[in-house]
Amino acid sequence: MPFLDLPIDFVALPDHASPTFTARVDATQLVAACNAARAAGRALVSLWGSDERDRDASAGFELHVAFDFEEGLVCLSLPLDRDAPTFPDLAAIYPNANRLQRTACDLLGLKLESGDARPWLRHANWPADYFPLRRDTPDRRFPTENEEYAFVRVEGDGVHEIAVGPIHAGIIEPGHFRFSVMGESVLRLEQRLGWKHKGVDRRFAGMGLADGARLAGRISGDSTVAYAWAYCQAAEAIAGAEVPERARWLRALLLERERVANHLGDLGYLGNDVALAFGLAQFMRLKEDWVRLNATLFGHRFLMDRIVPGGVSVDLDAQGINALRQQCLAIDTEVRRLKSIYDEHAGLQDRFLTTGRIPPELALRLGVTGLAGRASGQARDLRSTHPCAPYATLGPMLALEHNGDVAARSLVRFAEINESLRLIGRIVDDLPPGELRSEVRSAPDKRGFGWVEGWRGDILVALETGQDGKLRRGHCQDPSAHNWPALEHAVIDNIVPDFPLINKSFNLSYSGPDL
Amino acid sequence: MFPILRQILRTGIVSEPAPDADPALVLVKQRLDTAMREKLGRALVIRHVDAGSCNGCELEIHALGNPYYNLEAIGIKFAASPRHADLLLVTGPVAKNMEVALKRAYDATPAPKLVVAVGDCGCTGGVFGESYASCGRVANVIPVDVAIPGCPPTPLQLMQGILAAIAPPADDGACASSPADC
Ligand code: SF4
Repeated sequence: MPFLDLPIDFVALPDHASPTFTARVDATQLVAACNAARAAGRALVSLWGSDERDRDASAGFELHVAFDFEEGLVCLSLPLDRDAPTFPDLAAIYPNANRLQRTACDLLGLKLESGDARPWLRHANWPADYFPLRRDTPDRRFPTENEEYAFVRVEGDGVHEIAVGPIHAGIIEPGHFRFSVMGESVLRLEQRLGWKHKGVDRRFAGMGLADGARLAGRISGDSTVAYAWAYCQAAEAIAGAEVPERARWLRALLLERERVANHLGDLGYLGNDVALAFGLAQFMRLKEDWVRLNATLFGHRFLMDRIVPGGVSVDLDAQGINALRQQCLAIDTEVRRLKSIYDEHAGLQDRFLTTGRIPPELALRLGVTGLAGRASGQARDLRSTHPCAPYATLGPMLALEHNGDVAARSLVRFAEINESLRLIGRIVDDLPPGELRSEVRSAPDKRGFGWVEGWRGDILVALETGQDGKLRRGHCQDPSAHNWPALEHAVIDNIVPDFPLINKSFNLSYSGPDL
Repeated sequence: MFPILRQILRTGIVSEPAPDADPALVLVKQRLDTAMREKLGRALVIRHVDAGSCNGCELEIHALGNPYYNLEAIGIKFAASPRHADLLLVTGPVAKNMEVALKRAYDATPAPKLVVAVGDCGCTGGVFGESYASCGRVANVIPVDVAIPGCPPTPLQLMQGILAAIAPPADDGACASSPADC
């Protein structure tokens, strides 16, 4: 079937939680598809590579590019030459492809025809000709070499640089930020990430289909539910497994609880960053109440490993339902009260409003996704735009703001807490009876995709099994990868002391995209 | 102002008593001598270093500051620089890309210093293990005094481990477990 009038024949994959299509393309078709998707305002979801040289003597590598089309998730695969695996620079069309392309080059030795070819995940800790995702590469560690990374320099009278990280001055993940400043104003920020790269993709290769769920749930701990669900969708698609209805509803319950927990914490830290320690204490108290009930009902404060291939590992009884209802009521009252304090606090509003702005046109151009995208007018939320069960039944409301500043990102969080509390109420009211888990038996040589709207944005998991039914390739896309470059734009012309606030308002994961 | 005060009064004090130290988490003979420990009391300054975690352990370290656990109330606080710290609280398997930064943070911490490795990843490398990109457990890169398992360890377990690092040795300074059991 053709989409966007493209002369490409897309194949619908069976057994997926939401419509998923794949197609094999040549380089001209890929570029044409990117241009058409861009013109239609569709988002780039992910880009990654794979080594297919073991299939036969003529096979080389492949580049995979996934898009969010109106019809569903679309993944295009471009075969690349065995000895000269070059591909066209898609970052010229989608700027957020930049770091994804560089990652594919670092891990597989692919080459860009043109454009930014600086390393991204490789920090001179392994040689430039060591490609960890090639199947014939042995696993070994190398001594550290000195790295000269080519930061873009801003020159002129009175311009100076501030370098921060990788270790930051707080309880935060590591990354390096290079600010070029004039007086108090930021002229430019350039990020150097990849410090937390732990070789997750290579670790997936050879794992049993069921075993990968634990690893996926530890790619970004604050989104463990969303990752586990996306992984399980992909694994269940490969196995052709039907997930019991009750399990799907419980999965949505866990996902909404993860969303609320993170939003509560963020709203506290946003208050703290404008010197309202009261906000931090109050919201962190609520978050603690929230995660304690997770531990009581589901056995884990952050709900790790509760979503498992085939279903869920937890259930809910009448007493649990009652506890959830009461907690939602209590949190709703408290959050409303705190919101009115935030709304009326002149000092807080003064710092929030117009700070770190990403206007809607820029958000579209950069491909800003998830919560930050919705604060900049991007009406994209998989729960509404590509709902998997039970979201089509639940009918979630999409939270949308247009100012794209810190204030807008906190308003989206307030609105989403509100909506998640409503959804949790609906889930426990209408929770269908039945089984909790079905059997997932792996199948050889199959591909499966999972795509879930986590609290930060959409998470993609793409899996492929080999002849033995074990994982041949596992790739996960964290939404932060799309939003990090937007942070570079958001701080321009803001003052240096507002950086922590702007950064917190995005609250991006380092571990997720570093993988 | 009044809504804030009203909310503070309504909330009251929710802090809970701190747990006792858990000597079972201590890996090596107490490195601080008695005189040092007496001076320090519980006025401990911690520098957190994320050497490659999934960020799950950070969620629980953040929770230590919430009003329920209120770590500062027992005299323990977090510093922005390793130069101001008595103890490094290290999370994650050590990503190869973070190895040098972690060693530098350790070197920058004034002696006598303590290191607490956090989480299954910090104790063993966890699900990430050792690879071209991961050096595995923290003890593979810097000396570790106390290791707190868990994925992630709860705030109470974290407090028990941190307190164990500064508590007097259980008996004769023998270590209760070897790194291998962690
Ligand atoms: S121990 Fe668990 S929570 Fe902590 S960093 Fe490792 S995987 Fe994440």
